[in-house]
Amino acid sequence: MAAFWQDILKDREAEPHGGWQHHAIDESEWTETAEALDGETAVLLGLWGDRGTIRMALLDEATNDVVVLALACPDGTYPSIGKHHAPAQRLERAARDLFGLTPRDCPDPRPWFDHGRWDLRHPLGEAAAEPADGAAYEFLAAEGEGLHQIPVGPVHAGIIEPGHFRFTANGETVVRLEERLGYTHKGIEGLMAGASLDRAASLAARTSGDSTVAYSLAFARAVEDALRVEAPPRAVWLRALMAEIERLANHLGDIGAICNDAAFALMLAHCGVLRERVLRASEAAFGHRLMRDRIVPGGVTTDLDDEGIDTIGLMLGEIRRRFPALVELYDNTASLQDRTVTTGSLSPALARRFGAGGFVGRASGRAFDARRACAYAPYDTLSFEVPVLMAGDVDARVWIRIREVEQTLSLVEQILDRMPAGPILAEPGKPSGPREGMALVEGFRGDVLAWLRIDEDGHVGRCHLRDPSWFQWPLLEAVIEGNIVADFPLCNKSFNCSYSGHDL
Amino acid sequence: MRKLLFESLIKPTLTEAPPSPADAAVEELAKTLGKQARRSLGRSLSIREVDAGSCNGCELEIHALNNAFYDVERFGIRFVASPRHADMLLVTGPVTKNMAEALKRTYDATPGPKWVVAVGDCGLDGGCFAGSYAVAGGVSAVIPVDLHIPGCPPSPSDILAGLLALLDETNRPARS
Ligand code: SF4
Repeated sequence: MAAFWQDILKDREAEPHGGWQHHAIDESEWTETAEALDGETAVLLGLWGDRGTIRMALLDEATNDVVVLALACPDGTYPSIGKHHAPAQRLERAARDLFGLTPRDCPDPRPWFDHGRWDLRHPLGEAAAEPADGAAYEFLAAEGEGLHQIPVGPVHAGIIEPGHFRFTANGETVVRLEERLGYTHKGIEGLMAGASLDRAASLAARTSGDSTVAYSLAFARAVEDALRVEAPPRAVWLRALMAEIERLANHLGDIGAICNDAAFALMLAHCGVLRERVLRASEAAFGHRLMRDRIVPGGVTTDLDDEGIDTIGLMLGEIRRRFPALVELYDNTASLQDRTVTTGSLSPALARRFGAGGFVGRASGRAFDARRACAYAPYDTLSFEVPVLMAGDVDARVWIRIREVEQTLSLVEQILDRMPAGPILAEPGKPSGPREGMALVEGFRGDVLAWLRIDEDGHVGRCHLRDPSWFQWPLLEAVIEGNIVADFPLCNKSFNCSYSGHDL
Repeated sequence: MRKLLFESLIKPTLTEAPPSPADAAVEELAKTLGKQARRSLGRSLSIREVDAGSCNGCELEIHALNNAFYDVERFGIRFVASPRHADMLLVTGPVTKNMAEALKRTYDATPGPKWVVAVGDCGLDGGCFAGSYAVAGGVSAVIPVDLHIPGCPPSPSDILAGLLALLDETNRPARS
């Protein structure tokens, strides 16, 4: 079977870049592809700007093929994808803010990252100085009798990241939620441009704290893809070990936090203990509680010794002993189920349309998991299931996490069992000319995409990191509709989207 | 069934190892911190956490202060929801330009006497994000800072130790 774009693209030689298909296309192909994006198997994986060029990455879910399409924009404009396919809209707005590339006929002309506070516009394109005015943002109108607005944030009540939520409610019931993000925009992609691989890797590791392993892995694999080098086998397995441990820690934290937002603090207390055990084991085995900066282009920086293996083994044993009782507790607590079942339901159709990854997608029938679909090493030789549910409510998102904890425990055991010996780091080397590379990696939240161009001098020319949250945040707006305001924290936590990963 | 479950979960099992020296140190630290807070403030310490643009790594470790291993609340250290209830702002991240005003307003909304603690390498001077068009700098670029706790992220025990160091300077007047 051919991927959906193959009928659209004209016959041409694929460009010799990395392990993915890359095509420079023209405007008519670009527009036709946009129109095809609402098809059964089409998924938009990302859309990002560059100087004078706009790119998008696509996935065909039937064949699991991935392609990157590039369109030159000599006049700084291109036909909007968002006009045909809503999931592209925020990405287009971000690319316009950063590069000044204007999507023609984009239904939403408002800025996204640019809050009018940078002293300049289009920082990564033809930057132009402009005094910071912090101009007011125009929220979408919601009109009707008895409607009132509740503004929340950017500073929230808990120990969480900043963002603004504008609720329009009728009594208790939310009729519209609009998010405004970009508060944590640090200009990561700007800092990466021209940076050495080491510096760029450390920035990638600091894109989203809870997914530092996933980001480092995505970045490292994109570099290796561009330079056509491979990490040594032991490094590949150590990377998977860290990625699974990160998944474990985050899922345990999430399960506790979701139940806590349903006023069931006991679960938070117990999950918090297990999460802490995982972090301490990470510290003992890899020297950092979050395993930051352990994965670098070419391999990993820390080897695992016998003591580390034992610590991880003990941690696994404790979770295996204690977790089933917690699952039973969740399953048997009627007051808790009363809050989570049928709350914040996401329809499978919407999840599919937005290509929602991670627990958000899998709780709503979308089975995509980059570990399975892209089958990158060592997952191609490991045995695991990708749990999928159809209900799409908070409860389903909790259950997907529970099932994934179980799968991850088994994966960690398999990895420890079969860990090959050998070196852990290979020198990535320098390219003979500019090279592009890409990687798609399954983080705990969903698939993280990293695309980059390495210039001749071995520095990063352009690097784009796409967090799974890009396609989950808009869905949170959709699922809260018709729910009561008091259920928002619960819905929000069950999505647990990243602010920093999204804001870059 | 439920009762049994609760008991089996809550009771320390026989196989539980005695607290390691590190755990004991944490306990000691938190206790002293609670005492110091009461001495300086005459009551427990209320902290308002503000993420001014962090990667969320620092938040994860601040969160951990509330888990059963550290459980700082038992020593009278509480995280509160509003700056108006706070004695201390615990601020993370390089301050992004998009967050600078929100941080300043949060500071202004905190009644004196108050302390500001900047957490993490980013909080000092913007860390690896310093120099970006979107970053104002470290926390002190926007509001006055009393103490800085380094680390990327600092561990929960580092954070506890840092808070203690601040309160220990009993002579240090809080800002009014
Ligand atoms: S200090 Fe490190 S963990 Fe904290 S916000 Fe900065 S990059 Fe993230």
